[in-house]
Amino acid sequence: MATEKRVVFRSAWLPWVLLAPQVGVIAVFFFWPAGQALLQSFQQSDAFGSYTEWVGLENFHRLFSDPTYLASFKTTALFSVLVAGLGIAISLLLAVFADRVVRGTTIYRTLLIWPYAVAPAVAGVLWLFMFAPSIGIVSHTLRSFGVEWNHLLNSGQAMALIVAAAVWKQISYNFLFFLAGLQSIPKSLVEAAAIDGARPWRRFWTIQFPLLSPTTFFLFVINIVYAFFDTFAIVDASTQGGPGKDTAILVYKVYYDGFKAMDLGGSAAQSVVLMVIVIALTVVQFRFVEKKVNY
Amino acid sequence: MKRPQVLAAGALITTSLLACGAAQAQTEIHWWHSMTGGLNDWVIDLANGFNSSQSEFKVVPTYKGTYDESMAAAIAAFRAGNAPHVLQVFEVGTATMMASKGAIVPVGKVMADAGHKFDSKAYISAVVGYYTAPNGQMLSFPLNSSTTVLNYNKDLFRKAGLDPNKPPATWPELVSAAAKLKASGVSCPFTTSWQGWTQLESFSTWHNTLFATQNNGFGGTSARLVFNSPLHVRHIENLANMAKQGLFQYRGRGNLGDAPFYSGECAMATASSSTYASIKKNAKFDFGIAPLPHYPDVPGAPQNTVIGGASLWVMSGKKAPEYKGVAAFFNHLTNAEIQARSHQRTGYLPVTLASFELTEKSGFYKQNPGTDTAVNQMIRKTTEKSRGIRLGNFVQIRAIVDEELEQVWSGKKAAREALDSAVQRGNEQLERFEKANKS
Repeated sequence: MATEKRVVFRSAWLPWVLLAPQVGVIAVFFFWPAGQALLQSFQQSDAFGSYTEWVGLENFHRLFSDPTYLASFKTTALFSVLVAGLGIAISLLLAVFADRVVRGTTIYRTLLIWPYAVAPAVAGVLWLFMFAPSIGIVSHTLRSFGVEWNHLLNSGQAMALIVAAAVWKQISYNFLFFLAGLQSIPKSLVEAAAIDGARPWRRFWTIQFPLLSPTTFFLFVINIVYAFFDTFAIVDASTQGGPGKDTAILVYKVYYDGFKAMDLGGSAAQSVVLMVIVIALTVVQFRFVEKKVNY
Repeated sequence: MKRPQVLAAGALITTSLLACGAAQAQTEIHWWHSMTGGLNDWVIDLANGFNSSQSEFKVVPTYKGTYDESMAAAIAAFRAGNAPHVLQVFEVGTATMMASKGAIVPVGKVMADAGHKFDSKAYISAVVGYYTAPNGQMLSFPLNSSTTVLNYNKDLFRKAGLDPNKPPATWPELVSAAAKLKASGVSCPFTTSWQGWTQLESFSTWHNTLFATQNNGFGGTSARLVFNSPLHVRHIENLANMAKQGLFQYRGRGNLGDAPFYSGECAMATASSSTYASIKKNAKFDFGIAPLPHYPDVPGAPQNTVIGGASLWVMSGKKAPEYKGVAAFFNHLTNAEIQARSHQRTGYLPVTLASFELTEKSGFYKQNPGTDTAVNQMIRKTTEKSRGIRLGNFVQIRAIVDEELEQVWSGKKAAREALDSAVQRGNEQLERFEKANKS
């Protein structure tokens, strides 16, 4: 009997009933829209949907013969690596320090968690104001140090701006998980190492960091997904993909083509491509990166 | 709760129910628009003016976000079967709306069905021509039309030793004025809003040069972009050189160039004529409005500038009495006095000749010098090349132009290279639009 080790439901229908709410939610909010996107990616229709034509792979063909679309893969890769990397590194640093704070812990933590409640578009506008070439407080300060800030024409600066806004918004989320992770590490381990004469950096690197690896891995997956999907509002509010197309990440083009240009077929094809990329990335992450994780 | 209170509450509910009943007897006309600030007040006043003039219909204006947001909202609503009756659509959305035959009802038909006279000859030809189908039927109601002008700061002109009553009429003059302004310490001598609209679209009609074939798209959907001509390249090169010398400063897409002019940072700015209300409200300096500069050696220049702004479209699938209400509302809006008042209040063009004459007679242009600039640029007899620019997927084409011009201002691409690329990428959009709307 193969079922020896498993907990077995006697009833045939009970497990399904218990699963139903979750399956329902996933079906309505994931499978149904994803199916729609897949369907629409093979169609072309006018803005008002009064006529729809089956075009096969034409939407995809058009995408991949567009050099600006191919260029935006590079932009997206750079953006995602920066957002996930910086977001995780900074929040880990903050969490390690927050873990050591004795007084005023609540205030410190609350302030760090705060940005998560800010909508992406608002985050974009906030950073845009600070860095606005002629009136921004940061660009003004930078100018007094001899740095000419103009993200309207300087691609590197434009990228820095959207990365900063995206990272800032995600730090809180990462921070929460890291802090919880750190607090679940038994104090005795760290104390034992301290008694053995390990300095804080060594204690962190040899004890805390490896024990945090499940959290780090989880956050890595989540942050990549965040950078790929949830950042279009930041781009829309701050750089609108400019200068040129230098900050036009893939998801921004999906949003732009679908909701501004009303090209639903093209937009759906792009979201299918994006979906494939993220699924592939997640598989790779679970296959190869997860092996290095100690649970 | 005590008895009397219960009774009072009951009475209140009854009265409010009665009030609801009375309100429902009126046919409501829903109008989605994109006007903010002072212009939003104007829209509400227009609706209130109509509502108090009769009791049968009630126009309910709703702000639905920027032009592209309200259009997206209306499209989604139309697909779900609850579109508004009237939708304000910006000029670049015109071709999309025209192509959506099942989604709209031509204004000419709405007016004729309701028995209202609708004389398209009463309108300024550049305005009416833009919103008319090839068969001569009026498709949408021109509510707010604007065009491109050159705003300039007279105080800064004086400081630089320039004659504040002699704004640069040509591009060479503008360059030398900008150089003088810079020498006098102005950090931003010249900027622009809507770079594609002002520096390429309006630039084309102003020089009586085609922006796209098929008379800028009026002849059909087989139109292709041609704004990489030597004249266009020369102009963009000129601007690129100005940018290099710090005479022209790029301040972003859309209307982002307006704010640095209001604040007094930029001395000259090409912008929409509808900036008038905001400049008047915000500017703490003496300002002037001048026609768009031109190149004096181009034959036929200056011709007329191109139309911008928005018009009102009537959506399909509504009940007959509701269309009667829409027609009555539009008929109300064609009143010359209402039009004249709107023009004087907003800086949008007077769309009928009668309202222009009324405004002139009232002495408004004398009291507010420069306000007739936009009108004079538009009121001329248009040519086939200058009637307007009406292209499919225009929203995307504008974005492509923005992207390519930014490469020029940052020095990454030469003017010719950028314009060639913009034309090629834009033409792909036009080809797709042609294919999708073959029927």
